Amino acid sequence: MKKFQKIMSLMLASAMIMTMLAGCSNSNDASNADSSTAETTEAAGEETAEGTNEAASNSGAAFKIGAIGPATGGAAVYGIAVQNGADLAIKEINAAGGINGYQIEYNFQDDECDNEKSVNAYNTLKDWGMQMLVGTTTSGCCIAVAAESANDNLFQITPSGSSVDCINGNDNVFQVCFTDPNQGVGAAQYIGTNNVAGKVAVIYDSSDVYSSGIYEKFAQEAANQPFEIVAAEAFTADNKTDFSVQLQKAKDAGAELVFLPIYYTEASLILTQANAMGYDVKFFGCDGLDGILNVENFDTALAEGVMLLTPFAADAEDEATKAFVSAYVESYGDTPNQFAADAYDAVYILKAAIEQCGATPDDSVSDLCEKLKAAMPQITVDGLTGEAMSWDADGAVNKSPKAMEIVDGNYSLIQ
Amino acid sequence: MKKLKLSKNIKDNSITYGIIIIAYVIMQIMIKTGHVSSLMQGLLVPLCVYIILAVSLNLTVGILGELSLGHAGFMCVGAFTGAFFSKCMQDVITIDLLRFILAILIGAISAGIIGLLIGMPVLRLKGDYLAIVTLAFGEIIKNIMNVLYIGKDDSGLHFSMKDSLSLGLDAEGTVIINGAQGITGTPKNSTFTIGVILIILTLFIVLNLIHSRDGRAIMSIRDNLIAAESIGINITKYKLMAFSISAALAGIAGVLYSHNLSSLMATPKNFGYNMSIMILVFVVLGGIGNIRGSIISAVILTLLPEVLRGLSNYRMLIYSIVLIVMMLFNWSPKLINLREKYSLKRLFKKPKEVQ
Repeated sequence: MKKFQKIMSLMLASAMIMTMLAGCSNSNDASNADSSTAETTEAAGEETAEGTNEAASNSGAAFKIGAIGPATGGAAVYGIAVQNGADLAIKEINAAGGINGYQIEYNFQDDECDNEKSVNAYNTLKDWGMQMLVGTTTSGCCIAVAAESANDNLFQITPSGSSVDCINGNDNVFQVCFTDPNQGVGAAQYIGTNNVAGKVAVIYDSSDVYSSGIYEKFAQEAANQPFEIVAAEAFTADNKTDFSVQLQKAKDAGAELVFLPIYYTEASLILTQANAMGYDVKFFGCDGLDGILNVENFDTALAEGVMLLTPFAADAEDEATKAFVSAYVESYGDTPNQFAADAYDAVYILKAAIEQCGATPDDSVSDLCEKLKAAMPQITVDGLTGEAMSWDADGAVNKSPKAMEIVDGNYSLIQ
Repeated sequence: MKKLKLSKNIKDNSITYGIIIIAYVIMQIMIKTGHVSSLMQGLLVPLCVYIILAVSLNLTVGILGELSLGHAGFMCVGAFTGAFFSKCMQDVITIDLLRFILAILIGAISAGIIGLLIGMPVLRLKGDYLAIVTLAFGEIIKNIMNVLYIGKDDSGLHFSMKDSLSLGLDAEGTVIINGAQGITGTPKNSTFTIGVILIILTLFIVLNLIHSRDGRAIMSIRDNLIAAESIGINITKYKLMAFSISAALAGIAGVLYSHNLSSLMATPKNFGYNMSIMILVFVVLGGIGNIRGSIISAVILTLLPEVLRGLSNYRMLIYSIVLIVMMLFNWSPKLINLREKYSLKRLFKKPKEVQ
């Protein structure tokens, strides 16, 4: 009797494992089914030239662009912005007849801002048949995914993964945003050459790659500049609500300017608390500060005079930005931030690169990547986040940062 | 009669090993024949990591009977020491497998030592107090990793807790652990096969420990501390033994984790208390003290969010609901009765009993 029970339980357990495995493979088959059209056209293209012509003439073939970012969790704001920004650009391109006559298919996957989940999202997109990746949104995930895409030789353009490690050693990865070092060096040079202040304090988030990356290069470059860093105070993601200690230290050290290489949520708290303790000082930030005027319950009068280096401002007066902002607000009911603009540009950069090299959806992922890699250093794109953007073969973007100052509740360009 | 009882353990254990080996063989056949999607292939190593974590935590929670919420902290120690070693030795030891095995050993030993050090003060506490203190230690480990800077140049290793500039490296020096930015560019050595071998190793250690003299001593502490003490069992020794073995195994899982991704950062997501609780959920769902259950629940709960990807943003909601339903189905007393009444086992059993 006992024996029977044991055998039975063994059978049941193994049956369960089998069904489970079968279950997952089934669900993957289902997701593969969605991409079957692309696969068949791809196969047809490889077999005969006729197949290619057919595919092109009936316009059934389409470029498959994937995107990855956090759509849930603490960093969801950025991921959703990228999702919508890329979506808007793709809709516009499709409505205007696509790239070289081919439509674009778009798929966005959530990575919860977790490296491991990001690789899962990347693999999901690969199963879907992705040919190019607009992503990932955050730096840490981007490093993990870039290693995978370099392995597969899949073309990747990250809208906002600003760490140098995203592009280092991966010749298939290109950036739309500045690298962190460029921002830190740029900010230090700006403060130095324009004589904004003599004594500078820095408040940064030591648990954040973006923030600590900028701070490091800022501090390095500061040694060559005529100003002095009198206080460098860190906070971490776990205690980012009370900044009175850091502000007090900056005040005691006699800082005339506080450099904030952080995101706008914390920056708004710092501004409020500095005002409450009667510390009147100039604030200087990077692109993470864009969006500070839209923070709820934040008195925008406090942000008056804040200077920031950012490639994009939603209130800018040029035609392209205005059109983008109004289309974005209409579609998604929200003012776009810099991440949305970066993603929007990323899609148009892809379009320019594809047009440059004349690639078609029938190219294999690896061929497409080789063509695009060769095309990237040749193109120049005027986008929302910079004019005449160009790329080196290593993947970093060349564009000039814009220094903005908040005047009367609006961003205005400092010349 | 005695013979039957002895072989019960062996049978029980061989079922556990059998499940792993059968699953491995099936997966290998499916990979070879090309029936496995890239998503599933990418998930294989994380699955191994979570199985090892669940089994090792079950040693503390199920066998020792102490609630530990700092398991992700030990995983973090293993992940960082293992990845650090691999990064340092990348040019010295060029044989990948050898370097990886050494990294696993180093990760396991350092996590074990940290487990021992933390265990000494912590295991004096019991129940809720222990849970809270281990939670705090797990967070401390994660936060230390976040401010730790280590660089390497010709004159040796440089340490700092401030920033990478104060390391004072030569021009050719490289920063290996860069504070919150962690370690990037760890060689990708983890494979499914190594993962499965490590699972079997973990099972071997844990299952043999349970059925050994020491394991019975550990379980006697769980069942009745005073009785165990009265018959001369060294409580401190056995508690520390179980705790540090569990930590060392978590360290192995950490090394496997860090060698699967090219960027390693100590974020609240992967090494914070969320992760510790996640592992605890595997253990509780699978059954406290039930090793096989931990394996199955770790597999199900890791796959679930990925299989549900089609539901996009609703998947985390569905995931939670499924979790609640599964917990109720497995452990609610009323449902256990209901299950027993209509179980397959019973349906098969009945005609035989009638005979």
